[in-house]
Amino acid sequence: MKRKVTSKVISQKEISPAIFDLWLETDLAAEARAGQFIGVFPKDKSTLLPRPISICKVREDGKALRIVYRIAGQGTREFSGLREGDEVQIMGPLGNGFPAEAGLGKKVFLMGGGIGIPPMVELAKEIKKQSDDNTVIQSIMGYRDADTFLSEELGKYGEVFIATEDGSVGTKGNVMTAIREKGLEAEVIFACGPMPMLRAIKSYAQEKGIPAYISLEEHMACGVGACLGCVVKTREVDHHSHVNNARICTDGPVFEAGDVEI
Amino acid sequence: MAEERKLGISRENHTKSSSGEQKKGVPDLRTTIAGVEFKNPVMTASGTFGSGMEYGEFVDLNRLGAVVTKGVANVPWPGNPTPRVAEVYGGMLNAIGLQNPGIDVFMERDIPFLKQYDTKIIVNVCGKSVQDYIDVVERLSEEPAVALLEINVSCPNVKEGAIAFGQKAEALYNITSELKKHAKQPIMMKLSPNVTDITEMARAAEAAGADALSLINTITGMKIDIYKRKFVLANKTGGMSGPAIKPIAVRMVYQVAQAVKLPILGMGGIATAEDAIEFLMAGASAVSVGAMNFVNPYATVEVLEGIEAYMKKYQVEKLSDLIGVVE
Repeated sequence: MKRKVTSKVISQKEISPAIFDLWLETDLAAEARAGQFIGVFPKDKSTLLPRPISICKVREDGKALRIVYRIAGQGTREFSGLREGDEVQIMGPLGNGFPAEAGLGKKVFLMGGGIGIPPMVELAKEIKKQSDDNTVIQSIMGYRDADTFLSEELGKYGEVFIATEDGSVGTKGNVMTAIREKGLEAEVIFACGPMPMLRAIKSYAQEKGIPAYISLEEHMACGVGACLGCVVKTREVDHHSHVNNARICTDGPVFEAGDVEI
Repeated sequence: MAEERKLGISRENHTKSSSGEQKKGVPDLRTTIAGVEFKNPVMTASGTFGSGMEYGEFVDLNRLGAVVTKGVANVPWPGNPTPRVAEVYGGMLNAIGLQNPGIDVFMERDIPFLKQYDTKIIVNVCGKSVQDYIDVVERLSEEPAVALLEINVSCPNVKEGAIAFGQKAEALYNITSELKKHAKQPIMMKLSPNVTDITEMARAAEAAGADALSLINTITGMKIDIYKRKFVLANKTGGMSGPAIKPIAVRMVYQVAQAVKLPILGMGGIATAEDAIEFLMAGASAVSVGAMNFVNPYATVEVLEGIEAYMKKYQVEKLSDLIGVVE
């Protein structure tokens, strides 16, 4: 059940320039899964709306959540000043999350681009936990430069391939360049990142005839499906809107790529 | 934390108040609009609360005076392209474009959902032509559970219809008198603040036979991303809501209350009970919480509890003793 609660900051550190790693003590964690997000509320009353931030990790005891976010504006700048013991209002867990079970027994690509990388950590953990001998996780992560945050951590769950725009680490280019250069193959894809990357993944998955579960983002207001601010065009008429408009916050943020017009 | 519980579950004494005797020392929160009695004055602003399903996870819908639904048209409307929402200082802009599933789905899904609750149903009606509005109003006349119709002639985000009826007194007069011929339920015209003189619009609606007025709809605004040199909203303009617009809304409610005799459902930036009481004192018979539902999903019930606490503290016996009392 979604709730708005007060959580307590356990720790926060800047893991890369303007990218912050924040652990929050909250019992919302017990219900959270990979690919879901929380709304984080700024204290400054001039910035009212919750900031949708994806869950990077759920602590095993279900009592803490980790988010990794980039400073993108006034709200996230405020969050970057949070210190151990501070309180912050959050709402969640929001959205549907990744169907981790779709990776079971399969060769899996986890593809992340920039600030789309954090949800891949919890997803890798969830797939690994339920995996069998046939499950192979390969993470392909795209960065701007040598600040390859979270890549070491993803290495715990499988092989990691890095692409950087400036070529300073791994393949020069993007995640698609890395797949082709390394000759990688998969039976199912999970991805989160900028729209051009998701479009490329959608067409790659269609070409290969494999499912791709992609996590979308859009300007949001309510975060709970009421305001209809964050919609995406869908191939089929969806159950809620009846006008081919799914709500990213509640029907998503994860969609099978073939189901959405992006 | 107050916010961690689902508010209202244990407040059974309020769920059956509408016809029963009021207990001594318990403020009488009942209010009446166009002959319809509501158990309390706290409602939801159209478009911010869907048909209640989403916020039903956070608040007990039985606590609300009414749920005012998202606008519904005769056929499904796809709405505007994204981005549809943007934050601005102390508020937000939206240009949803009245996306809705159409009256057929609404009658089959949303009305039966709301009928499960002990709250009144107010349906917001939108259209592109007078005939569109008539079609919806006639369909709703089949449904006695719908207490009141709020006629949306003030959405700033759709190009045809809607606002075109709400910015010219003559057009507002015509659509109001036309809908009065077809509506079984009382009609409440929702006024736009994007006019030179809102009292002129209020008078036109009253002269045409409107039963009530609701105000204000959002104020047209714009936001520009200076780094991309682009409009933030795909629609370029959007309706501004949130606490930043409250003083404008209170002023307009006061002006309209002075100009006409019709009951008023007041709204615009209500975040707290204190805000709501300002609207009541300005002349509103009831209030709607809008954008603040997004900021605090428990806002409606907190506003209600705050009004009740105020009435107890200042020994106000009945809500009508607050309406229009400002001097």
